[in-house]
Amino acid sequence: MDFTLKVWRQAGPKARGSFETYKASGVSADMSFLEVLDVVNEDLIEKGTEPIAFEHDCREGICGSCGVMINGQAHGPNERTATCQLHMRTFKDGDTITVEPWRAAAFPILRDLVVNRSALDRIIEAGGFISVNTGSAVEANMIPIPKVVSDAAMDAAECIGCGACVAACPNGAAQLFTSAKIQHLNLLPQGQSERWQRTEAMVDKMEEYFGGCTNHGECQFACPKGISIDFIAYMNRDYLKSKVTNRKLGGQGFAT
Amino acid sequence: MELNAHVPAGPIQEQWESDQFNMKLVSPANKRRFEVIVVGSGLAGASAAASLAELGYHVTVFSYHDSPRRAHSIAAQGGINAAKNYQNDGDSVYRLFYDTVKGGDFRSRESNVYRLASLSVNIIDQCVAQGVPFAREYGGMLENRSFGGVQVSRTFYARGQTGQQLLLGAYSALMRQVGLGAVTLVPRTEMLDLVVVDGRAAGVVVRDLTTGEVYSKSAHAVILATGGYGNVYYLSTNAKKSNVTAAWRAHKRGAAFANACYTQIHPTCIPASGEHQSKLTLMSESLRNDGRIWVPKDANDARPAHEIPEADRDYYLERQYPSFGNLVPRDVASRAAKRQVDSGRGVGPLKNGVFLDFAEAIGRLGRSEIQERYGNLFEMYDRISGEDPYGTPMRIYPATHYTMGGLWVDYHLMSTVPGCFVGGEANFSDHGANRLGASALMQGLADGYFVLPYTVGDYLAGLLGQKAVPETHEAFKNAEREVSDQTKRFLGTNGKHSVDHFHRELGAIVWDQIGMERTRSGLEQALRDIPALKADFDRDVRVLGTADGLNSSLEDAGRVADFFELAELLARDALHREESCGGHFRVEHQTPDGEADRDDENFAYVGAWEWKGTGTPQTLHKEQLTFDYVHPAQRSYK
Ligand SMILES: Cc1cc2nc3c(=O)[nH]c(=O)nc-3n(C[C@H](O)[C@H](O)[C@H](O)COP(=O)(O)OP(=O)(O)OC[C@H]3O[C@@H](n4cnc5c(N)ncnc54)[C@H](O)[C@@H]3O)c2cc1C
Ligand code: FES
Repeated sequence: MDFTLKVWRQAGPKARGSFETYKASGVSADMSFLEVLDVVNEDLIEKGTEPIAFEHDCREGICGSCGVMINGQAHGPNERTATCQLHMRTFKDGDTITVEPWRAAAFPILRDLVVNRSALDRIIEAGGFISVNTGSAVEANMIPIPKVVSDAAMDAAECIGCGACVAACPNGAAQLFTSAKIQHLNLLPQGQSERWQRTEAMVDKMEEYFGGCTNHGECQFACPKGISIDFIAYMNRDYLKSKVTNRKLGGQGFAT
Repeated sequence: MELNAHVPAGPIQEQWESDQFNMKLVSPANKRRFEVIVVGSGLAGASAAASLAELGYHVTVFSYHDSPRRAHSIAAQGGINAAKNYQNDGDSVYRLFYDTVKGGDFRSRESNVYRLASLSVNIIDQCVAQGVPFAREYGGMLENRSFGGVQVSRTFYARGQTGQQLLLGAYSALMRQVGLGAVTLVPRTEMLDLVVVDGRAAGVVVRDLTTGEVYSKSAHAVILATGGYGNVYYLSTNAKKSNVTAAWRAHKRGAAFANACYTQIHPTCIPASGEHQSKLTLMSESLRNDGRIWVPKDANDARPAHEIPEADRDYYLERQYPSFGNLVPRDVASRAAKRQVDSGRGVGPLKNGVFLDFAEAIGRLGRSEIQERYGNLFEMYDRISGEDPYGTPMRIYPATHYTMGGLWVDYHLMSTVPGCFVGGEANFSDHGANRLGASALMQGLADGYFVLPYTVGDYLAGLLGQKAVPETHEAFKNAEREVSDQTKRFLGTNGKHSVDHFHRELGAIVWDQIGMERTRSGLEQALRDIPALKADFDRDVRVLGTADGLNSSLEDAGRVADFFELAELLARDALHREESCGGHFRVEHQTPDGEADRDDENFAYVGAWEWKGTGTPQTLHKEQLTFDYVHPAQRSYK
C-alpha cells in the first residue's frame, strides 16, 4: 500500500508550525500506524531531515503515551483503539492521511506531535487518591465489595490518561478524564471518607486548566477504553451534593 | 570488590523481623534533613518514593516519562501473587517461597525469597486500601486464579490490566506526596550518570529531555528502580523506551552486574509480521489453560488450520509432557516452540509461529464462556493480526519478556556502591534463573513499599549530621562534562545509519546467539560480532538535530550505546556458565531427552561482574548460594 502523510511539524514550543507532506510506500496492511511513522522517520534520517517527534511507549494501548489526531479524529477512525493499536488495514491504498498533535489550550505543543499533558497529573495531585499510608491498611478481605460495584469502579479505572477526550472536545474540556478518576474512587467503600473533598478539589483543579463541558459527547467516542459519559453525570451529582448537602465535609482540609 | 549479602542470622522465618529490629532508626525531626533520589516511577519506584515520603524523608523522583503513570509496569496483564490462602487450597508463605525457589531453578538467595513471600500478603492489603479494583466474587470477596503452572490459586488480578491498576495505586500514593510537597517530581528527565564520592553514592547527573539541560542533583541515597533490559533484543514485549542506561551507568561507577544471562522468553506472543516490526505483543499466559498448542505434522502442509484433520496435527507439548501438557513452564514451552519452527513446521505466512487452538475449548465450554474468560485478549489479537481467534487458531511465538539479571544487591537491596539501592526488575532480584508468572509485580511492590523504606532508613541513620555532597563538587562537574561530551560525539558523528538501524542489527545477534538456546561457538561468535558492530555504530551512526531540545534519536543513541556494552556482558556471562538452568539453556548441557542439565556442584552461585573500564572484560565475583530449606532437585514436567 502507498500513502501520503500530511504531518504537523513544529520545531519547538514557540516555533511556528506547518504541515509537511511525506510519502510512505510499500506499506503492509499488518503494519501499525506508528510503524509507518517509524519507516517515514528512517527515510527522513537517511535524507538528512530531522525525524518526526511523536510520543509512544507500550504500543499496546495501555500506557496512554501515544495519541495524535488522524484525519481530524483523536486516535483515528476506529472505535476503542489507541493510535498504537491502529493498523494500516483500516485505510485504503492511496489514502492521504493528515496527522496533527492534540489541540487543546491545556496541552501546549512541545515539538511536532508531542504535547505537554502534565495538567492531568495536577488534577490527580489535587485529590485522585485515598489517603492511606503504607503499613496502615487493614486485611484486604475485611472490606467486602459487591462485584457490581467493583466492576463499575474498574470500568472507570481503565482510563489510560491519554488525553484523547480533551483533544476531541470542542471546548478542550477534561470532564471525562476527571470523572473517571473521581468515580473510580468514589464508588468504592475505601473512597468514602474523602469523597466530597476529592470531588471538589479535583473539579476545581480541572477548571483551572481546562474548558467547560457542554455535553457534546465527543469524548466518549474518542476514548480508546470506551469510558462512558455517565461518569460525568455522577461526577456532577457528587460535586453538587458536595457544594450543597455536604458542604461542611467538602470544605474541610485541603480542598481550599 | 567484596560481595557480602548481609543475610541476617537465625531461622529463615525470623530473619526479616530480627533484621528490622536491629536496624537503626531516624527520628522524625531528622528524617526531614535527608534527601533521597528515586530514579524511576514504575511499581518499584513509585511505591518506594511514596512510602519514604510518608515517613518524612524528602524525595526527588526522576523519570523519562511525561507522567509516572506511563512506566512500563502499566502493561502487566496477568496478575500478582500473594500467599493469602483465601481459597483454602493449601497455600502458605512457605509454599510460595518453595515454589519461587524451585521455579527459579535454584539460583536465587533463599532469604530474600522468603521475605518476598511473607511480604506478599501485605501488598494486597495495601493495594486494596488504595482502591485497586481487583476481581471479586459475587459475595464481595477477592477472587483468585491459578497462574503459570502452579497448583494453588494465589493470583490476584484486575481484568487483563493488573499492572495498570497496581501502578495507578502506587502513582496515586506518589501524587498525594507530590501535592503535600514531600516529593519533588521531575518528569521527562533522564538519569545519565551516578556520581560516587568517597566510595558512596552522592547523587545523579540528569538531562532534561525537553530543554536538553544537563545538571546534577545530590542526595544522601539514590534508589534505582529503572526496570529491565529486555530491549537489548530489540524485539521484546517491553515498552519501546525501556532500557538499561541507568543501571549500566551505575555499573560503570562500581555497581556489580549479576546474572546478565538469565533472560526470560515468554512462550505466548504474537509472531512478527514483517521487517518493520517494532515490538512484540504478549498474549497472556492464561490462554494456555484452555488453548491447545499444535503444528502440522508435515512441514509442507499448506492447508488452512481447520482443514487439517486431527491425525495430521502434532500436539507436541501434550505428546512430550503428558502430565503438564500445554501448561509446562515458560522456558520449556518456549524452547519446544522454537524447535518446531526451526524444523520447518512453523505456521503462518512467515512460518514463524505455532497454533494455539481454542476449537476444543469452545466445543466443551461454549463460545460465551470463552468470551467471558479471554474476550479482551481475543479482541486484542484480532486488532493486531486481523484474524478472528474464535474461528482460526491463534498464532504464537516466544519473545523476550523479562530479565532476571540486573544490578547485584545485598539483603538490604543495596548495590556494591554504598548508598545506591536497586529495586524492581532492575536488580538481580529474587527470581533466580527463571521468574514465575505474577511474581514481578509482587517483587517490585515488596521492594518499594516494605523493604526499601526500612533499609534506606538504616543506611541514612549512619549519615546523621552529614550534609549531602554539594553539586559543585568536582565529581559532579566531571560527570556532567562526560555526559555533554557523549551528546556532542553523537551529534558530530554524522554517519549514514539511524540509531534504530544499529539497534535492530544488535538485536538480531543477541536473539540468534544469546536467545532461547546458546552454544559455545555462538557465544564466541557474538563476542566478536558485537564489538565489531559497536565500532560501526561509533563511526557510522547518524543523529540529527541539536542537544538543546526534544530529540528522541539522541536519547536512543545513548541507550543503544549502553545496550552494546550490556550485550557483550550477556554473552560473556552465558559463556562462562557451563550449565543449563532456567532461562539459560546451553545446548552442550542437556539431558538425553533434551531438558536443562543444571550443575549445582560448580555453578550454584550468583555471577556478579565488576566493570574494569571500556575495552577490558569485566571480572567475575561469585556469591555462593546455599539451600538450607528447599532441597535442589531436577525440575521435571513429564
Ligand atoms: C507485557 C508484559 C506483561 C507483564 N505481565 C506481568 C504480570 O502479569 N505479572 C507480573 O508479576 N509481572 C508481569 N510483567 C513484568 C512486570 O511488569 C515488570 O517486571 C515490572 O512491572 C517492572 O517494574 P519496575 O518498577 O521495576 O520498572 P518499570 O515499570 O519498567 O519502570 C521503570 C521506570 O524507570 C524510569 N527510568 C528508567 N531509566 C531511567 C533513566 N535513565 N532516567 C530516568 N528514569 C528512568 C522509567 O521512566 C520508569 O518510570 C510483565 C511484563 C511485560 C513486558
Ligand atoms: S503507546 Fe502506549 S497506549 Fe499507545
